Amino acid sequence: MKAQKIALPSADKRWKIIDTKMRKLGYEPQALIETLHAVQEAFGFLETDALKWVSKSLRVPASKVYGVATFYNLFKLKPQGKHNCVVCLGTACYVKGAAKILEAIEQFTSIKSGETTGDKELSLLTARCIGACGIAPAVVYDGSPAGRLSPEGAIEKLKGYIHVA
Amino acid sequence: MLLEELTAIAEKTRSERKEISVRCCMSSGCISSQAEEIKKALEMAVTEKNLGEKVEIRQVGCMGLCGKGPIVSVESEGLIYSDVTPENAASIIDALAGGKAVASQADPTHPFFTRQMLVVRSNGGRIDPDKIEDYIEAGGYSALYRVIHEYAPDQVINEVMKSGLRGRGGAGFPSGLKWSTVAKAKGDRKYIVCNGDEGDPGAFMDRSILEGDPHVVIEGMAIAGYAVGASLGYIYVRAEYPLAISRLQLAIKHAKRIGLLGDGIFDSTFNFNVEIRIGAGAFVCGEETALIASIEGRRGQPRPRPPFPAESGLWGRPTLINNVESLANIVPIINKGGEWYASLGTEKSKGTKVFALTGKIRNNGLIEVPMGITIRQIVEDLGGGTPDGKKIKAVQTGGPSGGCIPVELFDTPVDYESLMKVGSIMGSGGMVVMDEDTNMVDVAKFYMEFCVEESCGKCIPCRVGTVQMLNLLKMILERKATIRDLEALEELCEMVQNTSLCGLGQTAPNPVVSTLKYFRNEYLELLQPLPGEIIA
Repeated sequence: MKAQKIALPSADKRWKIIDTKMRKLGYEPQALIETLHAVQEAFGFLETDALKWVSKSLRVPASKVYGVATFYNLFKLKPQGKHNCVVCLGTACYVKGAAKILEAIEQFTSIKSGETTGDKELSLLTARCIGACGIAPAVVYDGSPAGRLSPEGAIEKLKGYIHVA
Repeated sequence: MLLEELTAIAEKTRSERKEISVRCCMSSGCISSQAEEIKKALEMAVTEKNLGEKVEIRQVGCMGLCGKGPIVSVESEGLIYSDVTPENAASIIDALAGGKAVASQADPTHPFFTRQMLVVRSNGGRIDPDKIEDYIEAGGYSALYRVIHEYAPDQVINEVMKSGLRGRGGAGFPSGLKWSTVAKAKGDRKYIVCNGDEGDPGAFMDRSILEGDPHVVIEGMAIAGYAVGASLGYIYVRAEYPLAISRLQLAIKHAKRIGLLGDGIFDSTFNFNVEIRIGAGAFVCGEETALIASIEGRRGQPRPRPPFPAESGLWGRPTLINNVESLANIVPIINKGGEWYASLGTEKSKGTKVFALTGKIRNNGLIEVPMGITIRQIVEDLGGGTPDGKKIKAVQTGGPSGGCIPVELFDTPVDYESLMKVGSIMGSGGMVVMDEDTNMVDVAKFYMEFCVEESCGKCIPCRVGTVQMLNLLKMILERKATIRDLEALEELCEMVQNTSLCGLGQTAPNPVVSTLKYFRNEYLELLQPLPGEIIA
């Protein structure tokens, strides 16, 4: 079967961006991970319809698409909160008390790592190492890392970012 | 692009330099502590003081002293400012006009700076990573020119062989040998892959190289491409490194624009292009066959070797996979010769190694040191000991595949073989210092949790073995285990080491084995007596 464009799932403009990405990569099966990055960037997570559409467009069985989507930690299959907070649990952060920071944030937000608050305001995540070991312990708020934090400091920063009821 | 044009760019850039260059670190670490605001404050102060003729503010890559960032340096004056804030940044400019700087200073004569030997990082903290002109001014891309016009491909490989360079990703395979295998392998197409999936927690050398000097990696890849006969290279970078990715994208764009990548480089028949592939958060993708699977758009699961990627790699074609730091060593090796490189370091481990010195240590950051330096020299002289006078207990090298080296063995020289002998590995270069507050059983558990989560699930010893080892470690920590459980743990370690498919599983027990070897007492103290046993 020759590579070709499959009809977009809806009129949402974001599908076009993803389609452009796939076209650039020749609708080849090897474009799967790049495409999933594009989907997540556009929609914030990988919804089932998107996975099905990508599967058809790249001629990769849906089972394989699902396999890849669940294999990599960064791909999210559930909608994420408006903001996100990633606590680094790398070794340098670990020896400098990252566990206490995570515990404090979990207590403050009443959600566990990997969860999103009920009002969809915040998703709490952890990372294996963000490579900012020089400023350990570190937390990334909406993409910007902050370092040398105490549990209290981490919560103070969080308050600046989100509105927690 | 011709050599004259390259020289012209270098000269033009040099002539536009101002007398005093104030360098502001703009790598991830310092940016998180307001480096962007600091740079703006510095620029404003230059305008206010009317020093625009004499002083320039330059963004540069990592200067190494990450723990005391943001760092601003004025090399012509021999000054390094640390912990700079947007508020006190202006005083650094005042000081250039006879005023006094209130920002704190780091001592450039401290062993942290003087004991280093910069080969890979010689441009780090000196050039603007977003400007290809800066790299060219520092001699960039002239090695590629010389290679294309003056060397036959096997002469390039010969130079790498002579240098004695070994893989900086951790395993230490001789790079020259890898290059020549790929060069000899038959295939209608060959590929270069740069492994930038720096997954070891506690390591950030490759991030800083990619952020601070992306062109040195690109040039190294192009030289490798010429040597083995490849015209396409992939850089696989972790998604956790957004700044490294954007700087690389810009660097590739600039190199293409002036013809340093693309078709007919330097008016020759050599074509080379570089593409970026972004990881999606899987530690196992640092393993070469898993990384290849990931570039091919599949789950990052390793496969048995042989065949090695050098013979059958990306899409079944011969593929040269080198780590970022290995490739960053190529330009210096070509510029100064393989023999010069081989004169650095020890008999079997040549050259320098970049380490990320972190944890309970006064001088946190990146260091580049000659191989053969002892751990004691790194921790005590460069690192300056613990910040609060606590006793150092061990240093962990090699991340989840490595081990803990106790303080009694700190006179061990840092080279591939010596570290292996004491039960650790060189690894990619993470060096995490642990003090007396660190519980070594908990450290072992920390790494095992990592391996459980990152095991790809393909082979049973790793998928199931790591979970069982973690359960035993948890039982020990909860004081619910007996000596029998410890014996089971040791047995499992051996089994998983010997029967796992790839490096992840084979080395997953290392943190347990090494802590058991040197800190066995910490395990024994947590054990329960066997039924009927009397506590002595």
